[in-house]
Amino acid sequence: MSLGETPVHLVTVSAGTSEPSTTRMLADRAAHAVVTRLRESGRNVTTRTIEIAPIAAEVAQSLVSGLPGDTVQTAIEQLADADALIVSTPVYKAGISGLFKSFFDLVDNDLLIARPVLLAATAGSPRHAMVADDHLRPLFAFLRAIPAPTSLFAAPEDWSSGETTARIDRAARELVALVVSGVGRHIAGAGWHGYQHTFGGNATRAQRTAGDIDLDTDLMRLARGER
Amino acid sequence: MQFGIFGVGDIAPDPVTGLPRSEAQRIQDTIRVAKAADDLGLDVFAFGEHHNPPFVASSPPAMLAYLAAETAQIVLSTSITLITTNDPVKIAEDYAFVQHLAGGRMDVMLGRGNTVPVYPWFGQDIRQGVPLALENYNLLHRLWREDVVDWEGDYRTALQGFTSTPRPLDGVAPFVWHGAIRTPEIAEQAAFYGNGYFANHILAPHFHFKPLVDFYRQRFEHYGHGRAEDAIVGLGGQAFIARRSQDAYDRFRPYFESYPMFRGSSLEQFAQNTPLSVGSPQEVIDKTLTFQEGFGDYQRQLWAMDLGSVPVDVALEQVELLATEVVPVLRKEMDARRAAGVPDAPTHASLVHAAYGDGQPRQARPRPNTGDNTSGALPYLDSDPAKPADLPRPS
Repeated sequence: MSLGETPVHLVTVSAGTSEPSTTRMLADRAAHAVVTRLRESGRNVTTRTIEIAPIAAEVAQSLVSGLPGDTVQTAIEQLADADALIVSTPVYKAGISGLFKSFFDLVDNDLLIARPVLLAATAGSPRHAMVADDHLRPLFAFLRAIPAPTSLFAAPEDWSSGETTARIDRAARELVALVVSGVGRHIAGAGWHGYQHTFGGNATRAQRTAGDIDLDTDLMRLARGER
Repeated sequence: MQFGIFGVGDIAPDPVTGLPRSEAQRIQDTIRVAKAADDLGLDVFAFGEHHNPPFVASSPPAMLAYLAAETAQIVLSTSITLITTNDPVKIAEDYAFVQHLAGGRMDVMLGRGNTVPVYPWFGQDIRQGVPLALENYNLLHRLWREDVVDWEGDYRTALQGFTSTPRPLDGVAPFVWHGAIRTPEIAEQAAFYGNGYFANHILAPHFHFKPLVDFYRQRFEHYGHGRAEDAIVGLGGQAFIARRSQDAYDRFRPYFESYPMFRGSSLEQFAQNTPLSVGSPQEVIDKTLTFQEGFGDYQRQLWAMDLGSVPVDVALEQVELLATEVVPVLRKEMDARRAAGVPDAPTHASLVHAAYGDGQPRQARPRPNTGDNTSGALPYLDSDPAKPADLPRPS
């Protein structure tokens, strides 16, 4: 592989609300590590960051009206184009940010199928260290994404710890291994019809034309008057 | 090309008084709007079905039957008739009856409905909504076309030697539109039978329904009903019209902002991103012409003009502006832009002509003394003797 190939699109989603935000900083450090590793493995990379805080009102409005606003729609399309994701949320009240969850509530169920994802969370206390695995991992399992085995967590004391850097590097290596292997693309491509899809959904990349529709199902036969 | 209005008999609090209309008032208001649409020469009035507050639209056949007597020329339709929670046998009978009362000035739009508790109220399960809709229509289709039906399915009791009465007017089934917003199976069914396909085209981004409409067109051609561009497509829309654009926005804003479906949305953004047209007659015309550009030539355009809390006087004024300022221009423009050979939406007259040419249409005459549906004889003097009833044998 060479740097001349189609670049990997790495998209970071951060639900941090402060400025500067440790949630964003953790995501950025992970993104830096991922980009470095990808380049070492001979892949070109483009990166993009979706900050949810500036579009918070539109996220909420999209949820209650059922109609994604322009900025939200653009963000969802950027997610759809991602080859790999880094998602990062602050911990509030012992769980992930409601803003983060609301944004992913707007995403079609099949948008991230078999997409490699690095999970990250930040909190004010190490007592919340399992939130990334207890809350983010099930969410991305539901979306049929492929979370990297190692997730990231940073409490205040972790920012001065060399272990944090080592952990970030380990998680980045895992994500890069998943991307470079092409396993996600293989899974989604080989089993596409086996997943539930929303035809003409607001974000899905597939199921937009007749060619995407399986006509050989029990329901399709019933539609044609057969039993 | 047919132009008309559709509604679901919904009631929302008036943004000024905070009070909702009474059900009695809403029903009378709907009737006034329908009669105005008829007087003003619109082609279609369609009325929906819902079984829970804040809707009054629980009985479209009753409404359509009344309007059949009170109107002169307008085609009466539904938006929609629930093909899931209604027994298809009752749908066949009710709408064939209304078709007689309306002199054929009636068609039906079928849909699944999306209110979870409504299904168990009628003994059904929303998780089976799609197969229910498909199977029920398969039966309905036959009940209107075959004098004697033997049938067995998963969702209702089997039928043996059953005759749905009355037979459709002139022996021609009411034309059916399948309303769907997300299910390719429903589009496939509409295409298979050569029926119409209606996208509600409201409350969703502009052209959101185009992939489904394109799929229906492609399959319509596949089943040999004509070219893809001849497929029978209907679109919804919503409009608020004033002579000056800014007046339209100013007057519509309180109703829009207080309406539960639009909560939190900006009227300007909603009008820009969805099929909602707000503005002068010319702006509504221009926006509607983009529907034709985007979806191709289509046969029926219905607008929601009295959603929720718009007072009846405003609704009547809206229908008048639509019928006098917007539709005449659209008729001319759309006809001029329409590709050669694209058919109109079927009407009762065109269906009768297709079935009989210049011959006499059927007027079904039952045989005397066979009124029990189980006597074994063919129930009509002119029933097809090639298809005898298959009746249960006595054990």
